[in-house]
Amino acid sequence: MITVFGWSLRAPSQTTRFVFFVGLSIALMVMDHRGQQLEKIRAALSVLAIPVHYVAAAPARIVNGIAEFFTGERALKESIERLRDQNAQMQVRLQQFEALEQENNRLRGMIGSAQRVADAVLAAEVLEVAPEPFTRQIVLARGEQHGVRLGQPVIDAHGIIGQITQLGPYTSRATLITDVAHAIPVLVNRNGLRAIVFGTGDPDTLKVLYLTANADIREGDLLVSSGMGGTFPPDYPVARVGKITNNPNESFLEIAAAPSAQLDYGKQVMLIRPPSPVATPTPAAPPGAPKAATAPTAKPGAAKQSVAPAPKPTQSAPAAPASNPPSATPP
Amino acid sequence: MNLSSTARARIALAMTFVVALLLTIMPGPAWAEAFRPDWVGMVLIYWVMAAPQRVGVGTGWVLGFVLDVLQGAVLGSNALAKALIAFLTLKLHLKLRMFPRWQQAVAVLVLLLLNQLLVLWIRGFVGRAPETWVYWTPSIVGMLVWPWLFVVLRDLRRRHQIA
Repeated sequence: MITVFGWSLRAPSQTTRFVFFVGLSIALMVMDHRGQQLEKIRAALSVLAIPVHYVAAAPARIVNGIAEFFTGERALKESIERLRDQNAQMQVRLQQFEALEQENNRLRGMIGSAQRVADAVLAAEVLEVAPEPFTRQIVLARGEQHGVRLGQPVIDAHGIIGQITQLGPYTSRATLITDVAHAIPVLVNRNGLRAIVFGTGDPDTLKVLYLTANADIREGDLLVSSGMGGTFPPDYPVARVGKITNNPNESFLEIAAAPSAQLDYGKQVMLIRPPSPVATPTPAAPPGAPKAATAPTAKPGAAKQSVAPAPKPTQSAPAAPASNPPSATPP
Repeated sequence: MNLSSTARARIALAMTFVVALLLTIMPGPAWAEAFRPDWVGMVLIYWVMAAPQRVGVGTGWVLGFVLDVLQGAVLGSNALAKALIAFLTLKLHLKLRMFPRWQQAVAVLVLLLLNQLLVLWIRGFVGRAPETWVYWTPSIVGMLVWPWLFVVLRDLRRRHQIA
C-alpha cells in the first residue's frame, strides 16, 4: 500500500504491469513501423549505443590484433609481393580505363546522351556484422555528420554490399543485399537482360526471380546493377549466376546466384555518392516491366527510407532490344 | 555497512545484465551466429525466478528495449518478448525453483521458444521474417547452457546475498 495525500493506493499488480508494458510495446512498434516520429529518438539512442558497440567489439579486435602480431615476417613479405603484383596489373588496366572512359564519353556525346561522371566514395569501417540475429545487416562507423544519407549504396572492392537503412549522427546501419527483405534491380552483363536479385538470408546465396524458361541467362553470367529505381548506381557488379533449375511445374526459373562482394570478410567498405541526378525526369520503367523492378527494396518499412526513385540520366538509353522486361519473349 | 552491501548487490545484479547484453551483441564469425544463445533472456529468467521482488516485468521490458536499440530491431519487439517471458517466469517461479535441473532446462527452453516465436511474428508483420529452421537453434543451445549458467549465477547470488 502506498499512501499519497491520504489516499491509499495499491501498488499495481504484476498482471497490470504486464498489460501496461504490452500496450506500450505495441504502441512503440506501430509508431516505429508506420510513422517517422521515432526516427529522431532512434538516432539519439544510436549515439548512446556507440560505446556499447565498441566495448562489445573489443574482444574480437584484441584477438585480431594478437593474430596479426604473430603473423610471420615471411607471410607479410608474401602478402606484400602479392599486393604489388596486383597493383601493377591494376595500374595497367587503369591506363586503358582512362582512355576508354574518354572514348565512352565522346561516343555518348555523339549520340546525345548524358555523360557519366565518376562516383565519389567515402570509406567506412564496419563496426559490427549482423547485430540482429538472422538478419543481414552491418553497423558502420560513419553517420549523418560524415555525410552519409539514407538509401546510400555500400560497396566493397568486389561489388555492391547493400544500402544504408538506418541513420544516426555518428553510426549508420546498412541492410545487405543478402537480407531476406532486400531486392536489387540488375542487368545480365552479357546481353542486358533485366532481372531482380533477392536476398535469401543466407550470406552466400541470392536468388533471381521472375525469369521465364526462355530467358537468355546462363550459369556464370555476371549480374550488374541496372540503376533502375535510383537507389543503386548502374554497372556495379552484384552477383554471379549459379545453378539454374527449370522446374516445368513452376512458371519461372529457379536461379541461384553468388554475391560478388565479400560480404562477411570486408572490414572496410565504401559508401558511394552518385552524382546528383539531373532534374529532367525520365520514365521510371518501360511499360510492361514488372512493378517490383522500380522498387529498390521489397521491405515495406524501407519505402520511407529509400531515396526518390528518380532514374539517373544514363538510364535514358537502354542497352539493346534485349533489355525488354524479363517476362517478354524474344520475337 | 548494510546499505553498502545492498548497493553492491544491486551493482552485481546490473553487471550480469550488462555482460549478457555484451555477449548478445558481440561480433563473431558468421557460422557461430546460429549457436549464440539468448543470454539476456536466460539471465532474466534466472533473476526473476531467484529474486522476483527485485526483477520483474519492468526490468524485462527495459532490457528488451535496450536490445532493440542495439540491434536496430523494430522498437518494442524484443521489449514485448522479454516482458512476456518475465511475466510467465514470475507466475511460475515457485514451481521452477522446485524443478530438478533438467526439467528446469526444459521449462527455460519453452520460455525461450515463446520469446523467439513472438519476435518471429513481429518480424513477419514488419515484413522480414527469417525463413530457416536454424532460427530456432539458439533456444536449444540456451537449454543446454542453462544448467551451467544457473550454477554460475547462483554462486554470484549467494556471494552477494541477492534475494
